[in-house]
Amino acid sequence: MITRRKFLNAMLGVGTAGWLGSVVYPVLRYLLPPETTEAEPDTLSLGPAEQFPRGAGKIFKFGKRPVLLIRTKDGAFHALAATCTHLDCLVQYRDDMDAVWCACHGGKYDLAGRNIAGPPPKPLAQFAVKVVDGNLVLGGALT
Amino acid sequence: MKDLVLSWLDERYKLSSFLEWARHKTVPVHRWTIFYYTGGVCLFLFLVQIATGILLLMYYRVGAESSYESVRFITSQVEFGWLMRSVHSWAANLLIFFVLAHMFSIFVMRSYRSPRELSWVTGCFLLGLMMAFGFSGYLLPWNELAYFATKVGTDIVGQLPVAGGWLLKLVRGGEEVTGATLSRFFGLHVAILPAAATCLIGVHLLFVQVQGMSHGEDAKAHMPFFPNFVLRDLALWLVALNVICVLAVFFPWELGLKADALKSAPAGIKPEWYFLSQYQLLKVMPARILLVPGELWGIFLFGAAGGAVLLLPFWDSLIRARGKERWLDVLGWGALAATAALTVWGHLS
Ligand code: HEM
Ligand code: FES
Repeated sequence: MITRRKFLNAMLGVGTAGWLGSVVYPVLRYLLPPETTEAEPDTLSLGPAEQFPRGAGKIFKFGKRPVLLIRTKDGAFHALAATCTHLDCLVQYRDDMDAVWCACHGGKYDLAGRNIAGPPPKPLAQFAVKVVDGNLVLGGALT
Repeated sequence: MKDLVLSWLDERYKLSSFLEWARHKTVPVHRWTIFYYTGGVCLFLFLVQIATGILLLMYYRVGAESSYESVRFITSQVEFGWLMRSVHSWAANLLIFFVLAHMFSIFVMRSYRSPRELSWVTGCFLLGLMMAFGFSGYLLPWNELAYFATKVGTDIVGQLPVAGGWLLKLVRGGEEVTGATLSRFFGLHVAILPAAATCLIGVHLLFVQVQGMSHGEDAKAHMPFFPNFVLRDLALWLVALNVICVLAVFFPWELGLKADALKSAPAGIKPEWYFLSQYQLLKVMPARILLVPGELWGIFLFGAAGGAVLLLPFWDSLIRARGKERWLDVLGWGALAATAALTVWGHLS
């Protein structure tokens, strides 16, 4: 038997839950920022290739993603995603190790982006780099 | 005149009952009485944080283009700005240290046992709040170290199964650590956390007040809370203030370089000491254990350890029922030694 009291209590419970939901839901949605869609460019021109120092690396913004451009001692270019696959730090090229190194927890990658030591669980994405008429051009992700 | 004011107030607000209460409140005296002062020191340091935090707010301007500049302005242009900032930073560190000391002394005295379980639980939440204060405040100057600390710290949240990605966006205010993250941390640091901490401290003190100090029954002697204990408390607060000022003057807090989203993390980057043990654990975790990423194991370990500490008063009785009191000491001191070892290792490596 559903008594009058039970019925009213149930209505009160449902009402309270509905009220709470109608307050919490908009607040949660409000806290999640709207998606910003930033088109990924096809290429990015980085200026004269010869001016880029050997044995060094520099980070560029390619669309939304930071990309590490590396020039080794022998003059070859490599481009890798600069965001460490471990916990999001920005990696750096270490000439002395001939590798890409992350200062945050000591993760290490080779110049093809493969994770070779430390905590990173995945390789870094590789990007295409070309020299067109003496100018360095960064292309899309290869992996 | 004084008597007139007092009796006027007494008629309306029954001051005499308050004085009566103060006269009857006592503090047990035994070889561990000194530990009873650790809580008071925490309270004092929190008050120092409120005071200096409000002062910093007078000049601090939140934003990726203004935070760093305004903190630099505080430390280089505003008279005694360097002092306010250094006191706020030093007192924050001492506060966390004393909360930990307070907790450990309560563990040693076994004061968390029935009926004081909830004092322990609220204390654990207060430690969590203080660490959240430290983590959110650390980002506010928007310098390089803070930027990467926040990237790593929030990315850990993002690793959680199921809700990770969603939570990451919630704490960062987007996919990346940007000015939006800074705004969120600012709101957290100066509004939400102070309100929550003030309420929780109130509840914590209410529990202590209602139940009285632990070991009251087995102590041979007692001292009146007012004025004996209060005056000792105040004297210690004075010592604490002096220590903070000496630290602030001789070891002013550094500002470092401004955060730059296109610069690699600098070599030698490390979190604050109270996050070093977790940091070192993440660092030495292999990339994968049984297919599960190492950092997930790390998160699981911290979570389990935190849960065990939080629920200590409840599982403690199981150990006691078996008459294995020594296990508790082994566990507690062992955990302390392991955390300290990880911290030192993290500091040195
Ligand atoms: C309760 C009110 C509080 C207010 C209004 C407040 C306000 C502020 C403000 C405006 C800043 C930015 C200025 C600066 O970086 O120097 C700041 C930084 C900071 N706060 Fe607080 N705070 C409060 C409490 C706390 C507490 C309880 C803690 C610690 C457990 C804390 C820890 C920090 C830390 C570590 C920083 C970074 C210091 C730095 O590097 O400059 N704050 N706070
Ligand atoms: S974030 Fe790069 S090794 Fe941890």
